[in-house]
Amino acid sequence: MKHTIPQEEYMERGHMACLGCGGAHAMRYLLKGLGEKTIIALPACCWAVIPGVYPYSCMDIPLQYVAFEVTGAAISGIEAALKAKGKKDGTTVVGWAGDGGTADIGIQALSGAVERGHDVKYVCYDNEAYMNTGIQRSSATPRGAWTTTTPVGSTKAWKQTPKKNIVEIMVAHEIPYTCTASVAYPEDIIRKAVKMKEIEGPCYMQILAPCPTGWKYPPEKTIEIARLATETCIFPIYEVTDGKYKINKRIRDDKKKNIIDYFRTQGRFRKLDETTIQQIQSSVDAEWELLKKKEKCFGEEI
Amino acid sequence: MSDEHEIKITCYDDLQPAPVTMGKSLVFKTGSWRTMKPKIDLEKCKKCGFCWKFCPDMSIYEVDEYPVIDYDYCKGCGICANECPFDAITMLEEDLE
Repeated sequence: MKHTIPQEEYMERGHMACLGCGGAHAMRYLLKGLGEKTIIALPACCWAVIPGVYPYSCMDIPLQYVAFEVTGAAISGIEAALKAKGKKDGTTVVGWAGDGGTADIGIQALSGAVERGHDVKYVCYDNEAYMNTGIQRSSATPRGAWTTTTPVGSTKAWKQTPKKNIVEIMVAHEIPYTCTASVAYPEDIIRKAVKMKEIEGPCYMQILAPCPTGWKYPPEKTIEIARLATETCIFPIYEVTDGKYKINKRIRDDKKKNIIDYFRTQGRFRKLDETTIQQIQSSVDAEWELLKKKEKCFGEEI
Repeated sequence: MSDEHEIKITCYDDLQPAPVTMGKSLVFKTGSWRTMKPKIDLEKCKKCGFCWKFCPDMSIYEVDEYPVIDYDYCKGCGICANECPFDAITMLEEDLE
């Protein structure tokens, strides 16, 4: 069998993730890149449930469960303690949170941690709502999506505001490395994880992890939908190293798919009307053009 | 409570790192969740490894270069069948007998 990603597994079978969970993929690929000398701090999120019931765990590495809003503070503390004990050498401290724990509840701790310049890696697996507590809207939910707190029904009360761009917020902190990734491209996640491990200083990674339960699609479509998100440019894959932008998955203009192809695969966008879809399409196009301009202006000189 | 479950800690140095003290999640046979069962047609298989790469439950392993499914843990999500470029995997209804 051909192996395009490392064969070592740091996660065991028998975990409690739903069928086709994108979060399980994301953790599997990240750990393949980071290796066994990793400590992970977890706030309340789907991954607080997935490792299993005490005293069983699916992970081959240490996990620290923390309160919802303190992931950034917790990883800063773990890193400082390791340094004080003289055991930091080669150990990667990772904060692993969902999009709610990153964009809403955990943002001030995250902002503080990266501003202080701790050698920590923060990874957000983005399933675009509070999936663990029952699909409530978060600020990382895209415009037009159904959630239990933005019920569509006859009132058409889907989420009205656009998705919060956390990646750009992290770029504005002027940290050494910020990137987005998607479970559809495991080789890309592993390359970025290895890069984060080598960089001394705070790094941020956002992985798109589709959720069959919350996005209302059959579980076998997880990878397909994640790939469509990149091909329609609603979730572009790029990295920012020391302020230099680089698009990793370049979508040619003639290959770029219409946003409706992505929306049709998911039940949460089922009742969107034509006008809203057109508005979302134009904002996605504008963001993609802006990203290409940023790469041209702030990219590496060719 | 039997003696084997009793935890005896005299000082904090006795605490072992989590992977040592904790049991493995292998005790949870998540294969019982399954309603659809994947089946690999080895004649169509070209050994590309996509099913192994995209399995969220790590339940595809390798025997003689060919993929084999671990039905004790496979939850039957069907990602392998959907991602297989050669349609070598089909999803069949779970045989309840």
